[in-house]
This record gives sequence, structure tokens and C-alpha cells, in this order.
Amino acid sequence: MESATWPDIGRMDDWARGDSPAHRLDARAKAVATLAFIVVVMSFPRREVSALVPFLLYPVVLTSVSRIPIGEIFRKMLVASPFAVFVGMFNPLLDRQPAAVVGTIVISGGWLSFASILLRFVLTVWAALALVGCTGIYRLVAGLERLGLPRVFAVQLLFLYRYLFVIANEGARMKRGVDARAGGKKALTLRVYGSLIGHLLLRSMDRAERVHRAMLARGYEGRVATLDRSRFRADDGFFVFGCLTAFGVARAWNLSAAIGRLVLGAAA
Amino acid sequence: MHMADALISPAVGGAFWAVSGGLIVYCARKIKQTLRENLVPMMGVLGAFIFAAQMLNFSIPGTGSSGHLGGGLILTILLGPHAAFIVMASVLTVQALFFADGGLLALGCNIFNLGFFPAFVAYPLIYRALAKDRRDGARASWAAVVAAVAGLELGAFFVVLQTQLSGISELPFGAFVLMMLPIHLAIGVVEGLATAAVVSFVAKARPEALPAAVYAPTPGRLRPVLIGFAVAALLFGGVASWFASTHPDGLEWSMFKVSGKEKLEAPSGGIHETLAGIQEKTAFLPNYGFKTAEGESAPEEAAAAWPAVSAGTSVSGVVGGILTLAAAGIVGLALRARAPRAVGGNG
Amino acid sequence: MNAAAVEVRELWHAYPDGTEALRGVSFRIAPGEAVALVGGNGAGKSTLLLHLAGLLIPRRGEVRLGDLRVTRETAAAARRAIGMVFQDPDDQLFMPTVAEDVAFGPLNAGLEPDEAEARVVAALERVGAAHLRDRPPYRLSAGEKRAVALAAALAMSPEILLLDEPSSGLDPRGRRRLIELLREFPHTRIVATHDLELVVEVCSRAIVLDAGRVVADAPAEEALNDEPLMLAHALERPHILRHSHPHG
Ligand SMILES: Nc1ncnc2c1ncn2[C@@H]1O[C@H](COP(=O)(O)OP(=O)(O)O)[C@@H](O)[C@H]1O
Ligand SMILES: [Mg+2]
Repeated sequence: MESATWPDIGRMDDWARGDSPAHRLDARAKAVATLAFIVVVMSFPRREVSALVPFLLYPVVLTSVSRIPIGEIFRKMLVASPFAVFVGMFNPLLDRQPAAVVGTIVISGGWLSFASILLRFVLTVWAALALVGCTGIYRLVAGLERLGLPRVFAVQLLFLYRYLFVIANEGARMKRGVDARAGGKKALTLRVYGSLIGHLLLRSMDRAERVHRAMLARGYEGRVATLDRSRFRADDGFFVFGCLTAFGVARAWNLSAAIGRLVLGAAA
Repeated sequence: MHMADALISPAVGGAFWAVSGGLIVYCARKIKQTLRENLVPMMGVLGAFIFAAQMLNFSIPGTGSSGHLGGGLILTILLGPHAAFIVMASVLTVQALFFADGGLLALGCNIFNLGFFPAFVAYPLIYRALAKDRRDGARASWAAVVAAVAGLELGAFFVVLQTQLSGISELPFGAFVLMMLPIHLAIGVVEGLATAAVVSFVAKARPEALPAAVYAPTPGRLRPVLIGFAVAALLFGGVASWFASTHPDGLEWSMFKVSGKEKLEAPSGGIHETLAGIQEKTAFLPNYGFKTAEGESAPEEAAAAWPAVSAGTSVSGVVGGILTLAAAGIVGLALRARAPRAVGGNG
Repeated sequence: MNAAAVEVRELWHAYPDGTEALRGVSFRIAPGEAVALVGGNGAGKSTLLLHLAGLLIPRRGEVRLGDLRVTRETAAAARRAIGMVFQDPDDQLFMPTVAEDVAFGPLNAGLEPDEAEARVVAALERVGAAHLRDRPPYRLSAGEKRAVALAAALAMSPEILLLDEPSSGLDPRGRRRLIELLREFPHTRIVATHDLELVVEVCSRAIVLDAGRVVADAPAEEALNDEPLMLAHALERPHILRHSHPHG
């Protein structure tokens, strides 16, 4: 999580405020389907590549139907990719056992599993981003709370999210102030750092105190009620059922290979 | 370091989801019992503070690089273990959902690695033990550094463990450990120094903001629970992974077992062989791939040693994969073209 | 809408660090009256409002809202009688959307979502912010935030409105709109501010605080025209009064 990426969180709120069939689905339905999707994708053997490809349809459809800009999704994936790439890139070096033959090219197990890691990364991260993109954190958390997420966790998560912008702005202002006086030197000494961050911390704590007062002033007694009256409708049931069925089918049969055989068989 | 979805098996991911989920429920209960009225908004705002604090860096003398505050340890010092664990869990959730950092399946692992160790091990067993009631001075700084290092090393070790148990990466255990631990030693020292600097500032500027000895070391009652959790995680993860490795494709194995179809094929078959079997019985079997494989002598031997290799599936997999990819792209474009403009970006 | 009287008697308050913020404040405000609390930074205005809102409980002295004496036990009831607009709207607007935020109070008061929704619509319309209802509060301009915060207070159907520096951070147009709104409200209004022009336009009476004491309590124009008084308490005479009384 680098500092440069936090402001575009707000962009994801914009995506979530759109209106589309994907947006209209109940948050619980989307959360359950996405979780199932991720588990199924991760359950493939480590060298599997082709059977994973059809799973792209899920994030692609969600993203397209809800008109989330794909470029921004890819940018986020790129920023997040180093750890998976770093760990995965040892596979081709460590596992040289031939595992597949395409034409005259022999592919080692390591390359297959590396490709598989990358594909899994794209699938799972994309699905998660698409879920948040067409649901929004508030509806998502409200949905999860109905599925049993503890209320304390849900409420303070929403506070975290709400004050992310406010406090990050304070941090950014302090940073500008420091940069203006630091005369080119970028990083601070530990002492100065301690007092700057300490100030930010005290201001954050004061903020929490004032927020709490504002909540009390409006009758807060530990429970945050919302206007949300969304219900789990038949459509949501169909969506979950359809997704689970599709994932099951694609898990049991390698659809890519089947299509390939069909085409090659027809050509032969 | 965040564990990534792509490196983790459902068994390991699920096991740690269960453990972290259990811890969240447990901590949420504990928090309900506290009398600190403003705790919930305080937790949320301090979670936001952790994000914001990462925008500012300090220079690490003699190295030319810079570091910033981590999170787990200072949150525990400010809020106590239970609240801090919940805040770390939400910080990681926001990272997973918005920054694609980590991922949903790996979230349980990440919450455990980066939340459990600082809150329930490093703080009560190391920081409190070393610093006693000091928040300021050399002693508190040392305690913070040692505690931060210990917490991060434990977390890093669990990243390795989880990766190994998942069996998706080929990295050998020893090499991975040797790679991770030194990196996290450095990160831990930096985090410890930053934590100590901030805590000591607050201790001077507004001592009452630091909850004095409110958070006693982990009470005896709690320790068995925590150890129980850890052992359960290890056992569950271990057994699940053992299962996964002896049956290279655990889920499939059980699916076939349930449907009674395993008699069709050798149970150890895996999906390639199964499909090869189906292939032999279907009309559109291309023998094109097999011929090429026979023509090559080198892979033939290797192929014999690795029964899952099936050249026929590989070729059709590649062709079909590309076609499916193309189809997915077309579907996406078509839906996009059809859908009315929905995102009211600057509205 | 019932407007209620407010009475403060010999109110003292010290913060935990020892700062004496209020040192024997007394006054009485009639139902429906609009009163300004003026004074420089640190005079004790916000501390006084927190007492009136039932968010700080008097340890020495007393606060009465209508017939209700504010104590730890009655604090919750006191808060229901009050609509408070805080100085920094970001502290007050913590819910995901404007509508949810305005609904927060009514829902806590036990209203059903449909009734709460009706209150939301009415309150937002009252402040001319109906079009903002689905926006996230952190994306609003300062003036819009203030309007929504005001709506959130109105949605509680309070008898008394407390406003802490409501015009700070507003541009001239936003400030003008705020003034028009405040003038029309039938509630008992207490406005802490050092925006003296707002005082002149909205309030009939001004209570001047300095270092936790009431140093003047008089009709607004009279108090603000008293140049020595204003200067002595870190304030200045408003320009509009200078223009209307060039030789005053
Ligand atoms: N939480 C607090 N802790 C300690 N002192 C405070 C606190 N809040 C305000 N004060 C002090 O109390 C005095 C009155 O403050 P306040 O009521 O905020 O004044 P005003 O709103 O008129 O600017 C000031 O001296 C201020 O520094
Ligand atoms: Mg004030």
C-alpha cells in the first residue's frame, strides 16, 4: 500500500454508485458467489492453466455489466502483483520436469505452475475488485454483517473507511508542510518523524473524540441503524445458483480443452 | 509482507479464515465488555491513522533508505490487544478490497500473520515484559524494537509456512525462510524505532492519551485459548495439506468418490488423465498431439516418469484456452456496448 | 415545533488537565429566542455548548432545558431536545451517504425506516440540499457539508438548535444562505461565533464570553457597537455596523 494509491479509493465509490443489474444484486449474493469463485479457482492443481481460463468470464461479466473501467482494475492489479510474481518466478527454475508438449515445444512443470500462479492472481484479485466496485464498501459490510460479521468489526471498519480520507488529508497537509521546509531532503530524522506522526496521532484521537460526541448528540447507543431495506430476492437466488453451477461445471470439466478438441477435431 | 491468494490453497486459506474469524468474534465479545465508550470510533479513526501515517517516511541513518510505521504494535499499545486485533483486521480488509493487496482467500492468513502476533504475542509477552510501565526512554525503545522484530518474524515465518503448506510455490522451505527472515528483521527494527518515537512523543505531549497499565499482560485465562487457536491452526493446516499432497487433487478426488465414478479411472489419476480417458472414448480425439510427442525422444522418457503428461490435452488446452480467452473478451466488450452508461463519476 | 427555554446557573467546568474553561456562567434564554455566544478563541463557547447539549454534565452549577435539569441520568433526554451543529462538519457526517447521515438521529430515536426517510426528505429540502441525498459526505463542498449537518440536526425535530461557529470555512455565498436559513427557524437558537455580521443579522441578543466568564449580555446591536468592549475581548466591531453608524 503505497501512498500514491490511496486517493483512488474514492474512485471505487464512484463505481459503486452506478446502476446496473450487477449493482442491483444483493451484496450477500455477490459476496457468496465471489468467495465460492475464489475457492474454486484456488482448488485447481498447481500446474493447471487451461482449465482456469474459462473462469475469467466471471470477473469480465461483472466488470462489464457494471461498467467499471478495466484499465483502472489492471493498474491496481499491477501495483499489487510483486509478491506473487516474486514467489512464483522461482517455480520455472526449481521444477524443470517436462509437463506438457505443445507441438515441438516441451514445457516444464515450473513454467506451467508459474503461469498458473499468475492466472490465479489475476482471477482472484479481479473478482474481488469487481465485487467491491459494483457493491461499494458500505453495502458490502452491511451484507456481511447480516451474514454474521460481528457488529463492532463492521462499525469500526466503516469508520476507518470514512476517516481514511479526512486523516490522510491531514497527513498530506503535514507532509507538504514538511517538504516545504525540508529543502530537498525527503526523509525526516527519527526524532522529527516521531513528533510529526505523534501530532497526527493526537489529532486523530481528538477527532475520534469529537466524532463520538457527534454520535452521542444524535442518540447513538452502540448500534448503527441504516435506511437500507434491501432484500434477498429471487434474482439474487438465481444469481448465486447460476454462479455455483457454472463454477462446478468448469471445475469438473476442462472447458478450454473440450473446446480445443472440438475445434481441432473438426479441423482434422 | 502480504500473503497472496495466488500462492495459497483453499485448505490453508480456509483454515486461517476460520482461525482469524474465530479471533475476531472473540475480540468483538471482549470489546463489548469494555467500558471505554468511545472505543469504536477510536478504533476506526486509528485504523485510518495507520494508513495516513504511511505517507510520511523517516530516514534510516547510514543506509540511504527510509521507513515508516507498521501498525500492529502501536495499535496494541494504544488500544489493547483485542481492539488492536480488530483494527488490524479491518486495515487488512481495506487493503485487500481496495488495494488488491493480499486477496480475499489469503485474508485470513494475513490477519493472523499481521494481527495475531503483534497483538497477542509481541505486545503482552515481549513489549510489556521488557518495557514494564515505561513509555519513554531507552528501555521502552528497546522493548518496541524487540517486540516489533519478534512480531514480524513470526508473521514472516507463517507466510513461509502457509506457502509451503499450500504447495503452489516450488520454493524450498529453508531457502524461503532464509530469504524472508532477514528482510523482516530489517523491517522490524524500523517499525520498532518508529513505534518508539511516536509513543515517546505522545507520552511527553499528552500522557493521558496512553492508556497506562490498563492492559495488563495477557491474563492466564486467555493464554490457553490463544495456544489452542495456534495449535488448531497448525494441525488443521497440516492435515489439510498432507491430504492435499497425497491426493494431488483433493477436491476432485472427493468429487469422484462421491459420484462413484472413480472406478472409471485410477483414483490417483488427476484431471489430465481423467480427461485423457474421456478423450479416448470420444469421437473428436485428435491424435496429432500424441504423434508429435512420440517423435521427440527426450520428453518421451520424462513423460513416462510423469504420468500426468498428456500431450493431447496440452495442445487442446492451449487452443481451447486461447479461444476461451477470446470469447471472454468478446463477451466483455459486448456487455459493455450494450449496458447503458451507469457510472455517474462526477455527479 | 415547540421551542424551549434554556437556563444556565453558576456553571463551572475544568478539563481533566486542569484548564478552567467555564467560571461561573449564568443566563436565561426565552423560547424561540436567537442568541449569539461571542468571544475569541478559547473563551469557552464550545465547552458551554457541550453542556447545553448534554454531552458534558455539570459538576458545579446547573443547566436546564425547558423543565429538564441536565444530569447524567437525564442526559439522553436532553440530547433528544437538542439539535447540535458541530464546528467541523467532518466530525458530524460519519455515515456513508448524506441520506444515511441525516437518518442517523431519527433511526436512533426509534423511528421506522419509512418515517425516518420522510424526515430525511423534509430536512434536506428545508436546507435546500435534497439533491445531495445519495452523495458521500466527504465529497461535498464546505457549504454543502454545513447544510447537510444542519439538516441532520433538524431531522431530530429539536426544540433547541445549537450551532458552533456555523459560518467558519464558508464562502460569502454559502454564508449568506446560512444566514437566511437561520433567520427563518422558529427554534430557540444559540450560535457560538466570532462572525459578528452573522450575529447582527440572526440574533437579537449577544452574550460575550471571555476566559470562561460572561462579560456582557445585551441586545446584539448594543453589545457589538460597544467598541471598547469588543476590543477588550479579542473581537472587533462589525463592518456593517460601521457603515450604518459612520460616527458611532
Ligand atoms: N479537551 C480539552 N482538554 C483540555 N482543555 C480544553 C479542551 N477543550 C478545550 N479546552 C480549553 O478550554 C478552554 C475553552 O475552550 P473552548 O470551549 O473550545 O473555547 P472556544 O470554543 O470559545 O474557542 C480553552 O482554554 C481550551 O484550550
Ligand atoms: Mg470552539
